[in-house]
Amino acid sequence: MTRDPAWPDKPDIEPLRNTVPPSAEQILALERTWRDPPGWLGFISAINHKTIGVRFIVTAFGFFVAGGLLAALMRLQLARPESRLIGPDLYNQLFTMHGTTMMFLFAVPVMQAVSVYLVPLMVGARSIAFPRMNAYAFWVYLFGGLMLYVAFAMNIGPDAGWFAYVPLSGPDYSPGKRVDFWAQLITFTELSGLLEAVILITTVFKLRAPGMTLNRLPLFVWGMLVTAFMVLFAMPSVMLASSALIMDRLVGTHFYNPAEGGDALLWQHLFWFFGHPEVYLIFIPGLGFISAIIPTFSRRPIFGYSAMVLALIATAFLSFGLWVHHMFATNLPELGKSFFTAVSMMIAIPSAVQIFCWIATLWTGRLNLKTPLLFVLAFFVILVIGGLSGVMLASVPLDLQVHDTYFVVAHLHYVLIGGAVFPLIGAIYYWYPKITGRLMSERLGRWNFWLFFVGFNIAFFPMHLLGLMGMPRRVYTYPKEMGWGGLNLLSTVGAVMVAFSVLLFLVNAWRSRTHGALAGDNPWGAGTLEWGTSSPPPAGNFNAVPVVHGREPLWEAQPEPTHVSGLAADQREVLVTTVLEAHPDHRVVFPVPTPWPFVGAVATTVLFVGSIFTPWAVVWGMVPVAIALTAWFWPRRRETRAHLALERSP
Amino acid sequence: MKLGNTEAIEQRADAQSRVRRHGAALDVSAIPSFGFGHRSLMWWGTQGLIAIESTVFALTVATYFYLRSHADRWPPTEPPPDVLWGTVNTLLLLVSLLPAWLAKRCAEKIDLPRVRLWVTASSLFSLAVLGVRWFEFKTLNCLWYGSAYGSVVWTLLGLHTLHLVTDAYDTLVLNVLVFTGPLEGKRFVDVSENALYWYFVVFSWLPIYAVLYWAPRGG
Repeated sequence: MTRDPAWPDKPDIEPLRNTVPPSAEQILALERTWRDPPGWLGFISAINHKTIGVRFIVTAFGFFVAGGLLAALMRLQLARPESRLIGPDLYNQLFTMHGTTMMFLFAVPVMQAVSVYLVPLMVGARSIAFPRMNAYAFWVYLFGGLMLYVAFAMNIGPDAGWFAYVPLSGPDYSPGKRVDFWAQLITFTELSGLLEAVILITTVFKLRAPGMTLNRLPLFVWGMLVTAFMVLFAMPSVMLASSALIMDRLVGTHFYNPAEGGDALLWQHLFWFFGHPEVYLIFIPGLGFISAIIPTFSRRPIFGYSAMVLALIATAFLSFGLWVHHMFATNLPELGKSFFTAVSMMIAIPSAVQIFCWIATLWTGRLNLKTPLLFVLAFFVILVIGGLSGVMLASVPLDLQVHDTYFVVAHLHYVLIGGAVFPLIGAIYYWYPKITGRLMSERLGRWNFWLFFVGFNIAFFPMHLLGLMGMPRRVYTYPKEMGWGGLNLLSTVGAVMVAFSVLLFLVNAWRSRTHGALAGDNPWGAGTLEWGTSSPPPAGNFNAVPVVHGREPLWEAQPEPTHVSGLAADQREVLVTTVLEAHPDHRVVFPVPTPWPFVGAVATTVLFVGSIFTPWAVVWGMVPVAIALTAWFWPRRRETRAHLALERSP
Repeated sequence: MKLGNTEAIEQRADAQSRVRRHGAALDVSAIPSFGFGHRSLMWWGTQGLIAIESTVFALTVATYFYLRSHADRWPPTEPPPDVLWGTVNTLLLLVSLLPAWLAKRCAEKIDLPRVRLWVTASSLFSLAVLGVRWFEFKTLNCLWYGSAYGSVVWTLLGLHTLHLVTDAYDTLVLNVLVFTGPLEGKRFVDVSENALYWYFVVFSWLPIYAVLYWAPRGG
């Protein structure tokens, strides 16, 4: 019976469904099905989450190196008083580019990048949810970052600081296009970040292997889930803020113009309503890395799993009640500030819960002191120092004294580098063998670690003292009589050590691809699912989707059933499970690679960059975007036919 | 009636009863290949977008009142927007919930002829709403560059219009697809989720309508 010309009958093709254990034919078919196509067209069509994840990670580290080089230039300039190496205008661009790069192009994206690669593997899925959107989000991020650096190379890099306070960044005090590029960079990166958040939430909630109840979710995945929810509610704020800024600058709105009823502090509220949670968008994934690394290198499950999960969620909620502590130097009511002081202190409680759980795990475990664990142990030292200066800054009187000095610079680097970058580098050492099949050199790793740890403290500890001595941030030079020369020189020496250490890290990562020791599936003897497949994993992640019976599946006995059967190997079929209990619910065929997300990202870039020059770009720019997105969505007959062969109504 | 909770629970239980165990294998070949509501990935994707955009609307409304709290007179010099077209559009949007609801319900029953009918009706409604929106802009009685009040009013109405435009376009694309094909089961999920998104466009309008048209009249 023909249903309708638009709705073909179930075709007479028999799909190749997998068995347990899978046959060689099925494994070969799976690989062919999930592989990205070859050639340059295949390059822009790639949608496999591992391909996109690696590109994302490499791109984010590229921006990390770029932002680091800018910082090195600043340190060279500040190494001695009254230096004439760099002029004030370039210096303004340097610190703005450095902060913007590190916050918007490195710290948040790199965490999402790592989870794009890892989360599907850790939850036992064949793919990330919405794989085409994932590719689109990557391209949008890449093009946004390139736009910023092209602008910088043409001497129109932003120069109003990474938080671009009005009125300085407004039309009166920042004429030209510099701040417009900054505002549009925000649009690019936040669009990408928001899409990734939706993708990760859907992946974690709906694509877990059967049996992986929420109560068995690896803590790293919990961390990324909590982060993704925070992104949903934090990032819209900065998008709104920067859109209002660019409208003030380009079409004459008055959001931040007091003369016409606007208000400059509105910017600070909107920016920090995003900006403070953002610190935790960077920090919570770092906690996730630590919770993955510590059990493996202590050779025991984490102590206090439920307390850890609750602490993560509590941190996320509290982080939305902190934004005003960035505004203690404004004319807000003092009583209001007390509230924000209290919340700033309170957030130490869930952080402490986690730290004590990790200490308990380490204490009762048998330590395997490899490079990933070294980076985690350094986290404890550095974050405690950063946390202590944070508690100091949370009190209004002290904050007023050191506001806008190097004390704040020291604090934020201790928190962000200690809280996120150290765990991140540890995480790269930890998961590198999964991604490449080879281990990074342990010897270079130790050099990398000690240079980084010592260099970091030499670079940033003196800044506390400089801040207390009154050295303001964002000055391109200082007179000799201030007596800041010695400590600044010391700080620059530390920065050079850090730069050298990062170079060693890159050399190690590059060389180990071909020269590292072969890793095997599970070189560290870890317990989570990603280590249960080969290194690097096959295109479809698992030859057969595992069935999960505990929190550390590889450390526990495997009762039957062990794997899922009956999923097509010659189609991109994935298993969708229920949210809480991860019972099998239905099967979905995922889309095949296509260049349309790439084309869509190019069209989006034209719209965003065009709108810097004419507001009409928002109108005509929508046409190519709409065409690309429609072509991306529109189903093809051949694919639909294959899907119909697998179809079964609810 | 909407696909009831019990029906969804029954369908889910049915899917789980179709899972078979053969020794080491958990055989899922007999479970369905699509599911409606929160069973589907599309539902979660749509909810994610709704969460993001609700936040944007809420923050813009907060900005409106923040600016108002700093003003001596609100609106500063202009008269408030005319209520006529805004109210007409509010009623039109409320009525448009009916075809959206019917399209959703027929999609969940996989009733293609009725899906075609109600998706077409939904498309026509979305175009009508956009037409009336034009008159709303014309009777706002302020301009975005006149004052901060004008800026936030235009932004609020502009943001909602952006959602109208995108969802109208989505609906039109789906409208063509349900007639031309190629169709499969999960396209009915798309129809259902598109209707859900329209609900959001309508329900998010109600507070925005109250703010734009009645907050300036509230003293």
